[in-house]
Amino acid sequence: MLVLALDTATPAVTAGVVELTPDSPPRLLAGRVTVNSKAHGELLTPHLLEALEQAGHVLADLDAIVCGSGPGPFTGLRVGLVTAAALGQALNRPVYPVPTPDAIALDAATGRPLLVATDARRKEVYWAAYDAAGRRTDGPHVDRPADLVGKLPAVSDAAGEGAEIYADVIGLPVVEARYPSPVSLVAVAAEELLAGARPAALTPLYLRRPDAVEPAGRKRVTKA
Amino acid sequence: MTDRLILGIESSCDETGVGIVRLGPDGAMELLADEVASSVEEHARFGGVVPEVASRAHLEAMVPTMRRAVEKAGIELRDVHSIAVTAGPGLAGALLVGVSAAKAYAAALGKPLYGVNHLAGHVAADTLQHGPLPKRCLALLVSGGHSQLLLVEGLAEKITEIGSTVDDAAGEAYDKVARLLDLPYPGGPPIDKLAKQGNGCAIAFPRGLTGPRDSKYDFSFSGLKTSVARWVEKQERAGEEIPLADVAASFQEAVADVLTAKAIRACKDLGVDTLVISGGVAANSRLSGLAAERCAEAGLELRVPRPRLCTDNGAMIAALGAHLVAADAKPSSLDLSTTPGLPVTTIQIL
Ligand SMILES: [Zn+2]
Repeated sequence: MLVLALDTATPAVTAGVVELTPDSPPRLLAGRVTVNSKAHGELLTPHLLEALEQAGHVLADLDAIVCGSGPGPFTGLRVGLVTAAALGQALNRPVYPVPTPDAIALDAATGRPLLVATDARRKEVYWAAYDAAGRRTDGPHVDRPADLVGKLPAVSDAAGEGAEIYADVIGLPVVEARYPSPVSLVAVAAEELLAGARPAALTPLYLRRPDAVEPAGRKRVTKA
Repeated sequence: MTDRLILGIESSCDETGVGIVRLGPDGAMELLADEVASSVEEHARFGGVVPEVASRAHLEAMVPTMRRAVEKAGIELRDVHSIAVTAGPGLAGALLVGVSAAKAYAAALGKPLYGVNHLAGHVAADTLQHGPLPKRCLALLVSGGHSQLLLVEGLAEKITEIGSTVDDAAGEAYDKVARLLDLPYPGGPPIDKLAKQGNGCAIAFPRGLTGPRDSKYDFSFSGLKTSVARWVEKQERAGEEIPLADVAASFQEAVADVLTAKAIRACKDLGVDTLVISGGVAANSRLSGLAAERCAEAGLELRVPRPRLCTDNGAMIAALGAHLVAADAKPSSLDLSTTPGLPVTTIQIL
């Protein structure tokens, strides 16, 4: 089957066309990735169209869509999810959300327990922990790097851009897997995709509440 | 040429809107669907729109609102001729949800995309109810987010801003005064209701920027809001009862007086004979009442679309898109950027 993979939960604007069969691992036919935390909205749709064209396909050929559901900076994260949702509706194809760190964990796959940490800005990271078989055992959460060290189960390696930025605080060897790849995004959802399972709701993993303060009492507009 | 279906998507503030307009070969427009999902109740306890709350609501509402609009219009998405979307001005994160969705719909359906100006959309909304605009007209846009006087010389061709607020938008002043009087958010409807039982001449609140040396067409509502606050506090300190209905009516009178006086003066100065009032505050009974009186006196034609078309919605964006399609405008690129501070002179972003 032909699957479109999208992710905008990190500074990487990620789109790829992936072939998935029951007998072999997912295979990348074409991908377009640009690292630019301010251009998700501009680049995502052009990227996915370019990837399709390079793969020799059109949108109507797709069987399903997979989209990273975060956690990630909100504004960028929503670009991927609303794009996937609208494509799914217009093409009448299922859209499968996958937690973004799960895809990064597959890319890193060291065969040892792993931490995945991505940049949450405000000097914090989004993080999740995985066992030696790659199953998520904790998270995703959002914490300051120094605080996560205290909460972390025993892991041997770390991956993700957050792990690189805060390597000196986290103190783990860093494996090269900064952003999720299209192939891993599809691999995370492979079982559901192949079974034609009903997709979960396309809900972003925000992990933080909106910044908003309720005003206290009547607002004085003069300095009485 | 046959009918063309234009889809409009709006997400610049706290309403997720999808509208569908049928554009006839002669340029006639018929509104087929106008679905809106509002997050206004989620903002009420904060006393104003919280951008992140609005953006989250847009993401949740986009596909369901689209589904309802398509169903209401009795069409299939694939029958759509082109897609228009608000690209600015508005809240950055909110705009991005609508524009990203619009790009995906345009790509999936293989249809042209038009990234358009929200303010021009407010003016276009009137053509859905009252038909084509004259060659030149003046538009007064008043809402929680904007207060502007525009010279419109073709919806797809030329719009010039001739005046705007130097501080608060008119609707913002309503929200702030409502809080002062312990009325709910948004403040427009409760103040309007209360004002009907009060005397608009009871308290002489100031008319901002109406002195001989002030800017002729600009507005200021911050001073008005402050003087309402001072007046209320003075009464409280003196242990006097606050005549809420009179305060509401006198405040509302000051807003309507300045807005209509400046709009009519601009019409006369610029030699136009039609005034369009749109935006959420256009639904205010005193504003439309006073505008009708003064336009009749001045021999001007007044056009105020029904309240549903005045507030933010997708129909107005579909209407503007239809004007652009009818004028053979070039579609926007799929790498279109949102522009939170888009000036009204830019009707479409390519
Ligand atoms: Zn508006």
